[in-house]
Amino acid sequence: MMRWRRGEVYYNMDKTVENKTGNMVSYWEIFKCFSKIGAFTLGGGYAMIPIIQREVVEKKKWIGLQDFMDVLAIAQSAPGVMAVNISIFLGYKLRGNKGSIVATLGSCLPSFIIILLIAIFFAGFRDNPIVVKIFKGIRPVVVALIAVPVVDMVKESNLNVYRALLAVATAVAIVFLRVSPIYILLVVGVFFFMGRYFGDKKKKEQSSSNHIDKEGGER
Amino acid sequence: MIYLQLFWVFFIIGLFTFGGGYAMLSLIQSEVVIKHAWITAEKFTDIVAISQMTPGPVGINSATYVGYTVTGNVFGSLLATFAVVLPSFILVLTICHLYVKFKESNLFASLMKTLRPIVIGMIAAAAGILITKENFFDWTSWVLFAGAFAACQWLKTNPIWVIITGGVIGLIIY
Repeated sequence: MMRWRRGEVYYNMDKTVENKTGNMVSYWEIFKCFSKIGAFTLGGGYAMIPIIQREVVEKKKWIGLQDFMDVLAIAQSAPGVMAVNISIFLGYKLRGNKGSIVATLGSCLPSFIIILLIAIFFAGFRDNPIVVKIFKGIRPVVVALIAVPVVDMVKESNLNVYRALLAVATAVAIVFLRVSPIYILLVVGVFFFMGRYFGDKKKKEQSSSNHIDKEGGER
Repeated sequence: MIYLQLFWVFFIIGLFTFGGGYAMLSLIQSEVVIKHAWITAEKFTDIVAISQMTPGPVGINSATYVGYTVTGNVFGSLLATFAVVLPSFILVLTICHLYVKFKESNLFASLMKTLRPIVIGMIAAAAGILITKENFFDWTSWVLFAGAFAACQWLKTNPIWVIITGGVIGLIIY
């Protein structure tokens, strides 16, 4: 209960900071937010998702959950590290090109410094008994944190039977068949465009009203 | 010369890895361990383990580590890290411009709507893949898992605090 209340006060403080600087989010605030995210992303890019969701979607309200899911789909489809791609995208959304540079720097800097220190000073880091104990406790927690956004996203998405099946099939294909998510995104994307193309053709054959012609022209 | 090579290798790694950090590992291994022999396979395994124990994506971490080991200085590690981020930075920024332009279009909006269930499945799978014997070695791991899930889902505790608490509990009970 205490922690929750403390969280609320922090939230309010951030709000006043935002009001002082006007509607624009300052570069410093972007940097601060993303370096915080970068510092606590243990266990790969997906572990970043719950933390970004909490900080950027729920606390700062910089982006809605639906838009955030769009960003995730795009970040996964683009090459490179997913967590960095998310930072680039969100930074751009907040303050354009410069914003994306600041967000990327922020999310990379903590891990850069930590790895550099380990590379220079602690060669035996991974065998250190204290480190081993701490990580035995952290690993299952990180798995739980990754699972949490799934619940919110299911609630937000109004899934019908087909869309729910698609979500389940995706998870099964990735976990058990080890299919890369990028291929699933690509294949469904291609089917989507094919469906649109042939769907439009059918419509055109049935009636040649102006409205449908317009839609076809847009494509 | 070594700097140029380092930049080029990590630029290529950044450009050709789709699908996140772990997909990156095999490419990094073939370039850095096998082709250039900058580090040994054993050292590479160490880097992967350290990446999992430290914050940040595996791709970035290994670039930082390899950059330092190969050149023996901070500039080398900075260069490798910069090189691995650069391709996705250019590409994603281009996509951003297009996204802002096409966001309002019907076609794009319904494409994104179609892809959303996949995003959900993708994240669920990321959690599923991590349920391994190493991460969940006895019942205490499952208690920690359930506790963390409940704290985040219902008490809305900040994930950062949940991670720190998990680490402290691990230090005490193991």
